[in-house]
Amino acid sequence: MSPLPQRFLDWFASRGWVARAHQLAVIEHAARGESVLLISPTGGGKTLAGFLPSLIELAEPHSRDGVHTLYVSPLKALAVDIARNLEAPVNEMDLPVTVETRTGDTPHSRRRRQRENPPDILITTPEQVSLLVADPGAAHMLRHLKVIILDELHSIVTSKRGVLLSLALSRVASLAPQVLRIGLSATVADPDALRAWLVPTGTALAPLVMGKAGAAPHIRILKSVERVPWSGHSSLYAIPEIYDEIRRAKMTLVFVNTRSQAEMVFQSLWEANDDHLAIALHHGSLDVGQRRKVEAAMAAGKLRAVVCTSTLDLGIDWGDVDLVIHVGAPKGSSRLLQRIGRSNHRLEVPSEALLVPSNRFEVLECEAALQAAKVNAQDTQYPSVLKLDVLAQHILGRACAGPFKADEFFLEVTGAWTYRNLSREVFDKAVDFVATGGYALRAYERYAKLRRQGDGSWRLSHPLLAQAYRLNIGTIVEEEMLKVRLASVKRSLGKRVVTGGRVLGELEEYFLSQLAVGDTFLFSGEVLRFEGLDEFGALATRTTASEPMIPSYMGGKFPLSTYLAERVREMLGDPKSWGALPPQVRDWLSLQRCKSVVPSARQMLAETFPRADKHYLVCYPFEGRLAHQTLGMLITRRLERWGAQPLGFVASEYALVVWTVRDLSLLIDSGRLSLARLFEEDMLGDDLEAWLAESSLMKRSFRTAAIIGGLIQRRLPGKEKTGRQVTVNSDLIYDVLRSHQPDHILLRAAWDDAADGLIDIHRLGALLRRIRGQIVHRALDMVSPLAVSVLLEIGRESIYGEGHDALLAEAAGALISEAMRIV
Amino acid sequence: MPFSPKLPAPSSARPCGLSRTQRIGLGGLEFIPDLSGALYVPDFKALLVADLHLEKGSSLARRGVYLPPYDTRESLSQLRSVIDAVEPAQVIFLGDSFHDGEARERFDASDLTALRAIAARQQTIWITGNHDPAPPRDIGGAIVDEVALGPIMLRHQPKSLAYGEMEIAGHLHPAASVAQRGRRIRCRCFIADRRRIVMPAFGSYTGAISVSSEPFDGLFEDYQVWMLGGRAIHRFPAAKVK
Repeated sequence: MSPLPQRFLDWFASRGWVARAHQLAVIEHAARGESVLLISPTGGGKTLAGFLPSLIELAEPHSRDGVHTLYVSPLKALAVDIARNLEAPVNEMDLPVTVETRTGDTPHSRRRRQRENPPDILITTPEQVSLLVADPGAAHMLRHLKVIILDELHSIVTSKRGVLLSLALSRVASLAPQVLRIGLSATVADPDALRAWLVPTGTALAPLVMGKAGAAPHIRILKSVERVPWSGHSSLYAIPEIYDEIRRAKMTLVFVNTRSQAEMVFQSLWEANDDHLAIALHHGSLDVGQRRKVEAAMAAGKLRAVVCTSTLDLGIDWGDVDLVIHVGAPKGSSRLLQRIGRSNHRLEVPSEALLVPSNRFEVLECEAALQAAKVNAQDTQYPSVLKLDVLAQHILGRACAGPFKADEFFLEVTGAWTYRNLSREVFDKAVDFVATGGYALRAYERYAKLRRQGDGSWRLSHPLLAQAYRLNIGTIVEEEMLKVRLASVKRSLGKRVVTGGRVLGELEEYFLSQLAVGDTFLFSGEVLRFEGLDEFGALATRTTASEPMIPSYMGGKFPLSTYLAERVREMLGDPKSWGALPPQVRDWLSLQRCKSVVPSARQMLAETFPRADKHYLVCYPFEGRLAHQTLGMLITRRLERWGAQPLGFVASEYALVVWTVRDLSLLIDSGRLSLARLFEEDMLGDDLEAWLAESSLMKRSFRTAAIIGGLIQRRLPGKEKTGRQVTVNSDLIYDVLRSHQPDHILLRAAWDDAADGLIDIHRLGALLRRIRGQIVHRALDMVSPLAVSVLLEIGRESIYGEGHDALLAEAAGALISEAMRIV
Repeated sequence: MPFSPKLPAPSSARPCGLSRTQRIGLGGLEFIPDLSGALYVPDFKALLVADLHLEKGSSLARRGVYLPPYDTRESLSQLRSVIDAVEPAQVIFLGDSFHDGEARERFDASDLTALRAIAARQQTIWITGNHDPAPPRDIGGAIVDEVALGPIMLRHQPKSLAYGEMEIAGHLHPAASVAQRGRRIRCRCFIADRRRIVMPAFGSYTGAISVSSEPFDGLFEDYQVWMLGGRAIHRFPAAKVK
């Protein structure tokens, strides 16, 4: 017998649908009072499956005195669409169910009304759940809560947002122990991690329901008639072919990895757009209004193609996409599958996708990704756990809801799977940090935010602090961004007068600070001329130039996944598999085999050769840019100590190149330099510490932790003018704290983040262990075919390994030589 | 799997040491810049220090912002190192030595002792600033609004100079940036022309503003800057920096 009531069966039938097995399984688990994880590809009716148990229960007459179901999605923009999609079953079955949304944009008046007169189903974001439980009225509002639906769970658990959400869920469990959690996720490599994440520490893993896999996608790699470039990331060589594909398809999504790539590809497509096809651009820096317009035009079927970044990775369908083109290597097989899933949302019909590698190494990576996609292989992504800055934020939120006892609260926090390993000692330190800053010098006792009361409980010392908490909540710390406005220029009394006009979008302050008036750069699909900064942001005018002077090339945000890296190494080491590669790439590898060597999957190749007046070491670990950058920092320190006089290095996704004054081949041949020792794992000890402590990476990660942890306040839009915000630079705070209290909890938080995210220590460690005893060295007379691709990156990437003083001295010195030339 | 090395070891945040190569000339006197941001005048055996902003960290505690309360300690230990190395006969503070009127009350006892010891070691002069129009009187040393060093006036805020007048001031917290190899490096700096030197802020929580920004408009003609790098001081003409 179907667990669906007649009314629902009729509704399914009226739509010509049959309830899918995974939808029924979710209903059955929920009916038994079990939390459940549903893993299903897009297009399988996953969101409806999540809502069905609630709709069935709410179909019966019920009193309306509290929220019944919370639906949580990481995408704020999605809330309205989800609510609209729910209208269909609710209206067509005439269910007595109210649905409302609550996001950061929800006006205050509506929030208050929701508190007094709660809807049955509330659609919201992770941050809003934290705000809800920090409200003194939370216990009342949530007392009848039955279900929490967590959508895109695979995506949210890998970030600090997920960590914050897990703490809020633990709080909800204390307020409403009866609540079920229904997790909805795309296919992942390790479902057990999500099953554990979903339920309280110490309980059995949440049961798993698997949706039926859809038809395998059709993926092709572009076999270009053009020459695939040796290096670079723009893929401009393939624009005519990409345009051709767009012309043949109904609606194409063109995914790229970075904003600057999006700008470049978009501009080039327009230049090739002889048929005046409607092609649009969509990325995170564009003005929100502009992005919404593009989405609406897609939904209305008015566009033929959209060039986009990860902003369109997740979420509902905006149109009838029948082709996904991925420009540049996909970096991970899960990401690729997710993006391909954006086309053709019907499960039975295969999605169509085309991969466009932008250089020869990327051809290998695309081939590896294609093979991974064929077997639906996913990258392993670990849930983010135990973030101390997030804990500090949650502690303040807990105090905003009312006084708490440390013992009970500790149990609640460690009830979240993400904090299961938190020690009581560290927990107490975090409470102390929130109360008075956690300093050994007890300077702030009289200003304490939390005070201990007679009965041992902690209480917020002033209600105004709750307001500050609400303004600073969240774990997303943006880079400092400035608005870019289109300006008009008039001449008045011989002076250029620049006035700002409409907002084009936002750019990193860091990038804009590099520009001088008159520089041109690519943004919002056109070449703009920088006109200076005013108090509202940056001003720019349109130009007729076709090439920007300032390239805003930035390496991809996503490092090559461990899984794909392994596949690339395997393919490289197995010449039999080269048959699948385009002839020019095959020739490139054959030439490499003849001039140097192609390493086996287990080996790491290191080549040394002279070029111009320098000596080069190129090694090919294939472990991603982050790990290579850290490796570069560390081995240049060693080479320096051993007298090889390194001058600099550049890291790419696939390789690392270091150049030196001394002849490396000679040093190695004569036994004065040992590659085995150069790559020895012990570099992760003192060298790493010494470098990292001074590194700007550590300072960046400290700033993030300091904002999330509440040590410094966010720069809120519109608030800068009041001057009431803290203006002490976080780098200065970092320096002072490091020299006076190196064991401070925020330094610990910053270190953990840096080790995980910014420098990829774990992966570097794995790399060094993997290549122990497996380094193949070739001393060459000249650059090898593989190395050419890497050396060409040198001009594009910023060069590391130069201290500030060296650069300053060079700048000052360059001036002297200029002066000498004049004399 | 988890990799957890030791935390970075403590270190002194800002370097110090008189420049071996750089000199700033003004009014026939020679000044030696120090990496810490202090300025030494050999002819007077005087050490000049601008904008300490002591207790800036604790000034925000009332609003619930608990910056690490070690900035005073850090600035004083830095100052101690410079004085130990240079052994001046007098130390002249160019104003904004104390971040606000209540800074004295917020001092930690050990910091207060350290500051008094510094003030007792040689002749000490506190020039008043906009943050500290009335510096505390129980530290030791003289309190003045301006002081003359030969032909040059020392004061907190730069003012418009009549023909032939010269000054050394603080207040503006100058920084300069220079582009090299696609990177822009920004450091605190001294800025000087024929009539005026403006010193960088010494305090450990003091920020800095660019010499090309509005507060510097019209103050300098044909100036040079001396940028405080990590290990050395580097001189640049105005055209090269922003």
